[in-house]
Amino acid sequence: METAFLITILATAIRAGAPVIYAAVGEIFAERAGILNLGVEGMMLVGAVSGFIAAVQTGNPWVGVLVAMLAGGLLSLIHAFLTITLHADQVVSGLALTIFGIGLSSFLGQNYVGVHGPQFEAIHIPGLSDLPFLGPVLFQHDILVYLTFILIPASAYFIHKTRPGLHLRAVGEDPATADVMGVNVARIRYIYTFVGGVLAGLGGASLSLAYTPGWTEGMSGGRGWIAIALVIFAFWEPWRAMLGAYLFGGVQALQFNLQTIGITIPTYFLNMLPYLFTILVVVFATGERMRRHLGAPAALGLPYIRGER
Amino acid sequence: MTASSPHQPDIAVEMRNIVKRFPGVVANDHVTFIAKSGEIHALLGENGAGKSTLMNVLSGLYAPDEGEIWIYGRHVVFRSPSDAIAAGVGMVHQHFRLVPTLTVVENVILGLDEPRFHLNLTQARAKILELSQQYGLKVDPDAYIWQLSVGEQQRVEIIKALYRGARILILDEPTAVLTPQETVVLFKTLRSMAQEGHTIIFISHKLDEVMSIADRVTVLRQGKVVATVNIEEVTKEKLAEMMVGRPVIFRIEKPRLQPGQEVLRVEDVHARNDKGLPALRGISFVVRSHEIVGIAGVSGNGQTELAEVLYGLRPVEKGHIYLYGKDITQASTREIIREGVAHIPEDRHKEGSLADMSLSENLILKHYRRPPVAQGPLIRWAYVREFARKLIQRFQIMAPGIHTKARLLSGGNLQKLILARELSSEPGLIIAMHPTQGLDVGATEAVRKQLIAERGKGAGVLLISEDLDEVMQLSDRILVIYEGEIMGEVPADRADRNQIGLMMAGQRQS
Ligand SMILES: Nc1ncnc2c1ncn2[C@@H]1O[C@H](COP(=O)(O)OP(=O)(O)O)[C@@H](O)[C@H]1O
Ligand SMILES: [Mg+2]
Repeated sequence: METAFLITILATAIRAGAPVIYAAVGEIFAERAGILNLGVEGMMLVGAVSGFIAAVQTGNPWVGVLVAMLAGGLLSLIHAFLTITLHADQVVSGLALTIFGIGLSSFLGQNYVGVHGPQFEAIHIPGLSDLPFLGPVLFQHDILVYLTFILIPASAYFIHKTRPGLHLRAVGEDPATADVMGVNVARIRYIYTFVGGVLAGLGGASLSLAYTPGWTEGMSGGRGWIAIALVIFAFWEPWRAMLGAYLFGGVQALQFNLQTIGITIPTYFLNMLPYLFTILVVVFATGERMRRHLGAPAALGLPYIRGER
Repeated sequence: MTASSPHQPDIAVEMRNIVKRFPGVVANDHVTFIAKSGEIHALLGENGAGKSTLMNVLSGLYAPDEGEIWIYGRHVVFRSPSDAIAAGVGMVHQHFRLVPTLTVVENVILGLDEPRFHLNLTQARAKILELSQQYGLKVDPDAYIWQLSVGEQQRVEIIKALYRGARILILDEPTAVLTPQETVVLFKTLRSMAQEGHTIIFISHKLDEVMSIADRVTVLRQGKVVATVNIEEVTKEKLAEMMVGRPVIFRIEKPRLQPGQEVLRVEDVHARNDKGLPALRGISFVVRSHEIVGIAGVSGNGQTELAEVLYGLRPVEKGHIYLYGKDITQASTREIIREGVAHIPEDRHKEGSLADMSLSENLILKHYRRPPVAQGPLIRWAYVREFARKLIQRFQIMAPGIHTKARLLSGGNLQKLILARELSSEPGLIIAMHPTQGLDVGATEAVRKQLIAERGKGAGVLLISEDLDEVMQLSDRILVIYEGEIMGEVPADRADRNQIGLMMAGQRQS
């Protein structure tokens, strides 16, 4: 009984964590390049609704995923244009993007609330899925969950062990130096802002096509904001973002499952936990040494204008 | 000027009639600059003469408005620093272009095409070690930049240029950040590079250095070339005159004075640095009125922490600080200011001024709480304007007006602004940290004269400086600091460079 309960909690945590992982990793890429995009919530919602519509129209959830990624990416390009080309304030532009995304998604999804559509089903992996304990926890999920297992190590490798990753880090830390060294700052910032949007859109699709299939207004329920907070919690590292996303997922899983075994903790308290956690981490991570080593990209949120002093 | 054609074989760099304008200034006004292959060529000029601008043009950072460039006889047009490096021109900027959170190797290969994708750093590491051996540029390839001293960072910059195949190496005021010992090492490196056929362009406003290292020197003044001469054909005095446009006095008159009452007493002070490690380990000394006490030492031996502790910016762990006999160990900066302590900070931009505020606002930063500047909660702007105008005149700050933002001032004028603010309150104690670092001859002279004048008026001055000449010239007594301890004290009139040098390296006074 207790093992079964634990398995349920862990498996749900991983499923619930997946959409947040996509969004958080996307934001890590953008912020590593120095672009703070507070539009994640909006991009997730537009990704969720457009992906769902495309899947319903074509009957193919993969088309939905592609459309969602494209939609998130396109929205992020608005942010990129405003902040990189026009040097607009990143906070203002990102907030505007979220507000716009919320409105746009409700508008697009008007006729799709409650509609049944295609969805990704759990995939059985021979061997792995049948393992005791680990099987049900890790390997009885849909494809979009499995993809997060690849996304995390791949992005960690990309950021730390590849040449483009080096350029990405350099642009977020010190764009003027990167520029002098022949790195095209604006291009890199566009690319990773776009990547951030694409992944946020994918996160949205994993909500509407897998985790909670269907479309309801505001269905991301603040996950975009959680993702942004997790980026800080994670010190801009994908592995730690995954950990954070699973903690968030675990809290959600507890919320669903504690009641079934007769324990009641106020949902408000549980909902608060991820934020509380992030605040605590931010408080404890302010030592000079820590900040230097693990902290925010030094140029985060700042426009880069060549030759300005 | 050499009458060379663009195709002479031993010419490495030929810049002809370069014009570069910035809003409101012509930074380079038809400058012609020629450097021969394998020479060390100094580019000399006061702050704002246009040296950095000219070399930024040569290194591809700025596009010139007019003029042409030849490198080894080949006509070139640089659109970016990468173009310049491809032609063999590398530059070590005054403000280093290194990403602090990346390692040495990562910084060196930043922007290169190799490695293609996977960051295999074995080869790069080996090549860095090879260069570092060849030219005596000691550095750990896997250290993070933020862990390195300025001297080490400079070596990384040089390696970075050599790694990219630079044959022409430009160094923008490389010694400004170095200790005398590090400077000696750098000069050895530069000579060995020149011997191997590298062309070195060395920007400086320090005459002694130029005399000791350069083969030839080009002097710039207000954006124009004054002359290019062989170093054997000039004297230091002649160069100074070319640079400033008038004869310069090198010795500053310092009257003999009898020290008066005790102003500052520091007793067995201990403090930690930002990383939480001990930075001051039992410092004790006294500063009296009518005297300048110099603190000499290699940077990073606790000088910054000492100044901060005295100014109430850093907690004292153990020990006591007395001002006129009153214990101020736990006092806040505001209380210390009120006690009449002036502070000329290490970093004029970050700690000394508010870049986006006007000159007059910067000038009242220490006065705005009290009359006559304040009137209840209000500020009497009419008074402030008058006050600012007087100070600008008295301290000869060159600026368009009192509403000009501080960020637009040159280093020398910004320093004069800080002096004006700090000295206008008739301080009893002045803590001056590197007060003339990076200033040109004229501004340096002005700052030093001010400090000596304050001494004459009865202030005690604590002069913390890495420039040993400055310490020896201005101080009445010299203390040497090493790893947070005072190694010894010498009266300035009996000071011996060698003895002080040994103490700077950690030997206690016998
Ligand atoms: N990026 C810039 N924008 C505006 N003015 C500049 C810029 N760079 C230099 N200047 C101005 O050009 C002149 C020459 O500056 P610079 O080349 O830095 O002098 P130096 O290196 O000899 O001290 C100065 O008046 C300076 O204020
Ligand atoms: Mg300069």
